Amino acid sequence: MEPVFAALVGLFFAVGIYLMLSKHVVRILLGVVIFGNAVNLLIFTAGRILREVAAIIPEGADTPVGPISNPLPQALILTAIVISFSFFAFLLVLAYRAYQEIGTDDTDGMRVAEPAGEPLPPIGY
Amino acid sequence: MAGEVSGMTDISGAMITAPVAAADWLVIAPVVVPLVFGALLLMFRHEMRWHGIVAMIGLAILVGVDAALLKRVLAEGPLAMTMGRWLPPFGISFTADALGAVFALTAGVVALICAVFSFRDIGVSGRRYGFYPFLMLMMAGVSGAFLTGDIFNLYVWFEVFVIASFGLLILGSEKAQIDGATKYAILNLVGTTLFLIATAYLYGTFGTLNMADIARKADGLRGTGPLMTLATLYLLAFGMKAAAFPVNFWLPASYHTPRIVIAALFGALLTKIGVYALLRTLVMLFPVERGILAETIGWVAAATMILGVLGALAQADTRRAFGFLVISSVGVMLAGLALGSETGLSGTIFYAVHSMLTMGALYMLAGMMREFGGSFSLHELGGLYRLSPLLTAIAFLLVLAAAGLPPASGLWPKILLVKAALEASAWWLAGAILLTGFLTTIAMGRIFLLAFWRDAPAVDGRHVTAAATGSRSLGQGVLIAFAVPILLIGIVPEPVIRIAAQAAHGLLESAPYIQAVFPAGGG
Repeated sequence: MEPVFAALVGLFFAVGIYLMLSKHVVRILLGVVIFGNAVNLLIFTAGRILREVAAIIPEGADTPVGPISNPLPQALILTAIVISFSFFAFLLVLAYRAYQEIGTDDTDGMRVAEPAGEPLPPIGY
Repeated sequence: MAGEVSGMTDISGAMITAPVAAADWLVIAPVVVPLVFGALLLMFRHEMRWHGIVAMIGLAILVGVDAALLKRVLAEGPLAMTMGRWLPPFGISFTADALGAVFALTAGVVALICAVFSFRDIGVSGRRYGFYPFLMLMMAGVSGAFLTGDIFNLYVWFEVFVIASFGLLILGSEKAQIDGATKYAILNLVGTTLFLIATAYLYGTFGTLNMADIARKADGLRGTGPLMTLATLYLLAFGMKAAAFPVNFWLPASYHTPRIVIAALFGALLTKIGVYALLRTLVMLFPVERGILAETIGWVAAATMILGVLGALAQADTRRAFGFLVISSVGVMLAGLALGSETGLSGTIFYAVHSMLTMGALYMLAGMMREFGGSFSLHELGGLYRLSPLLTAIAFLLVLAAAGLPPASGLWPKILLVKAALEASAWWLAGAILLTGFLTTIAMGRIFLLAFWRDAPAVDGRHVTAAATGSRSLGQGVLIAFAVPILLIGIVPEPVIRIAAQAAHGLLESAPYIQAVFPAGGG
């Protein structure tokens, strides 16, 4: 199972990075989302995949009987999903505001904070 | 992990049964205090008159507990407290050692001083947008990052302070802020995602996220695990957070856009967390891999420090020039990481303390220069010596501090770093540090010359007449509060050198750190 997931993670990374290389903020954001999901799948795969064995201790026992799937990666992924989701919501609003204020989502045109052709400091006085 | 199947289950194999000693709560107090005060401020967000005072009280308590924690850690060695009663490595251990505690204390002091200036700099609209809650939550994230002993938890604290910093960065919603924040937010998110990738691989390799556990298992996995990949990924991810060349472009794009007090906080604190994380992962967790990467880190350090100061030389805007100086100072800190000797690491830690104070002070200086001269631009500033001799004196001290000249605090860490570089016969790195100091003297000296010594250039409407004198004395008071420790450390460097050496020693000899988390050696 792991090789299939590894290939899928690689595909997600490739798509995410390709989109992030774009000049347009909207595409960059889509890339960021896919990139984030690639990482979530990566954590999932890194925790070893064991199908259909829930991490539940049967009644009357103190330790699990036989191998169980690893519950920790799911907790990690849940944390990562919550964080990346809130970040993405913020970034969407920020990108929209930037579009409203600056009038473009092309990063070449976003030169308000760092204007092109600023004068050098005075040489003497 | 084995439990017994019987009537009464013995949980001492999996859980901590003894209650936590009251004094050990000190380990998480630097996180709890700002979190509680941040939540309080959110609850009373409409009572804006009280925000500033409540935040000041919170930050003062934070500095107090940070100082108490540092005192205790210096006396007793690393302290650990594990959450949720689960035995480490399953419970998340907060582990304070000299390195984390000294960084947390300096960060707390800088935040407290900056918060005084916020009375003047953050108006009603800034308070309504939640400056003080954001500030407190950012400090919770910063303290958490310095004190946690769990690498996934470190990721969470990174995200806490990063998202609070987003809120602070766009306070005011000006065009330039939104432009800068877009780049800052996207690149920082990519940086923390890289950190998460490295952590996923680390978990897949080690099966643990507890730093003490990783440190003691690394030797056994060196032959089979991809530790070199992990170390390189951490170098890239934290290098991005620390604004090391060539992944530093988010910093000059954004740090000059927010309010001056926020720029000061960012310039002082945020990049140093990246440096701290680099020290923690590369020196303590992956020392052998750091040795292999040393040459690369050294060139990155040299490029960062020299290109940073060259950027500062090319800027006419004081805030942007100081942003490039922040990058340059990160390069100097990375030099110690590249050397990896105890002297080099103490130099890095000392320089980080010095840099937190100096960079915060420099942004405040830019704010006060605008207060008196009406502009951030070197084309318009001038004649400030005549307007305020006191500001001139402080500015001169900060020129010396940034350049690493006596009697300010920048001299001693640079001596340590140059000494360590020469001991390792890395003459080129020592040369880069000295060249950076020389170029910084020129960059800062020119700002001083143009803004303070020359007569005011003839531009109409130059002076800000509306500013009240009270606010100016507050700003000068804040600058004095920065200048006093900078001068004091410069004149009496011995205590800081001793603490830095102890912190560096704790990184290289991780046995006490591991001992603090696993007292019985089990787990």
